[in-house]
Amino acid sequence: MGWMKSLFLREYQLANRVGGGALIGVLFFLAVVTIFPFGVGPDMILLSRIGAAILWIGALLATLLGLDRLFQADREDGTLELLIMSGRPLELVVLIKCAAHWAATGLPLVLATPILSLFVGLDFQSILMVTLTLLVGAPALTLLGAVGAGVTVSMRRGGVLLSILVIPLAIPILIFGVSAATADTISSNNFIAPFLFLCALTLFGLVIGPLAAAAALRISGD
Amino acid sequence: MVISGAMFNLKLICQGVACDRGGRRVLNHVDFEVGSSEALIVQGPNGVGKSSLLRVIAGLVAKAHGSIELHGGVDERSVAEQSHYFGHLDALKPLQSVLENLSFWRSFFEPAPFGDGKERENMTELEALETLGIAHTASLPAGYLSAGQRRRLSVARLLVVPRPIWLLDEPTSALDKASEEVLLGLIANHIHSGGLVVAATHLPLNLPNTKFLNLSPITTESEHMFADRDLDDYFEQGED
Repeated sequence: MGWMKSLFLREYQLANRVGGGALIGVLFFLAVVTIFPFGVGPDMILLSRIGAAILWIGALLATLLGLDRLFQADREDGTLELLIMSGRPLELVVLIKCAAHWAATGLPLVLATPILSLFVGLDFQSILMVTLTLLVGAPALTLLGAVGAGVTVSMRRGGVLLSILVIPLAIPILIFGVSAATADTISSNNFIAPFLFLCALTLFGLVIGPLAAAAALRISGD
Repeated sequence: MVISGAMFNLKLICQGVACDRGGRRVLNHVDFEVGSSEALIVQGPNGVGKSSLLRVIAGLVAKAHGSIELHGGVDERSVAEQSHYFGHLDALKPLQSVLENLSFWRSFFEPAPFGDGKERENMTELEALETLGIAHTASLPAGYLSAGQRRRLSVARLLVVPRPIWLLDEPTSALDKASEEVLLGLIANHIHSGGLVVAATHLPLNLPNTKFLNLSPITTESEHMFADRDLDDYFEQGED
């Protein structure tokens, strides 16, 4: 078990030390969210109606931002070869890397959501629902992105391709996330049904993501 | 020095190994055996597939044919999982200190037994750094190290985690004369303590109990092969 802890701590530290980590993602999230009111105009009713969607799309883009380096940095410096040879299950290694990456960059996005919600005129109940859906749904985005990062690991400009690959696959997460976040009340069926689907997608990602990413990484040495 | 067969408890056997990279064959029918307390030096001109052979053994490149087995090792683990690979890349994180880099590999890498039932003492991080003469850099970020110091830190990984097979790709590159001596001494130690070494080099390495494997270029029906090669070079650029 010791190796899992050291891998998690190292990945968490590196994610924070390289390129500002959490701050860069949050600032990007802020930039995406603040651009919308300028584009849509000062119509608070319209903004608060589409606010949840804006926040979700902002979080999706901010999540994809740092993911291209998830395995690429390791491949470039030779770490990936050693991770594959280490004798530890690569699927578990991928899962721990995703967890550390999410803790360093995804969690700050969730924490920033209540503040950014004010920019798009959400009321208290909606702020709660958007934050809750992102807390549950954002890990699915990271896990899905990890598959894209594994597939594009050997490409020099993998970041753009990663986004092109991952965004279509993220549509179900977005649909269930936004429909839960825009439900009338937190206790209504309109919230609970899509919210449970969102939970299911994250659990699904927890299994499929590491399996697929590890398979892609194993053949990347060629 | 002659070592009788009875002393071998580990035996790495490669039979008819072939490997394709970028659509062309770089290795064909490679056979060798190397046992405990032996070194195999893989020789040949540049581009003949020395590195590819090591990467195939390390499980990083899929082989097209043949078998690679370790007799006397742990059956449920692959050859790669009982090997150390020391290649051109140092696998160091420049933002972490020398000690943090090494400690990580020590706790993360799973050690493998030498097949003789004896426990190997693995060095602590500081002992390994001292042996390699870079103990004074322990708290520096690895990014500040010189090329030679980075290589030495990378070697330290082999010392802190015991694994019987060492796969060394041009182990002495970027090292000065003194460090080269130290490294050769460490490799000799590993061989004497029952480890086995497969080293690819174009320079003579002075190691005990050495066998040689000479690789020669494969003659291919050229023409379209050249196109493949250009494409390869294009993709390889990003890796340097």
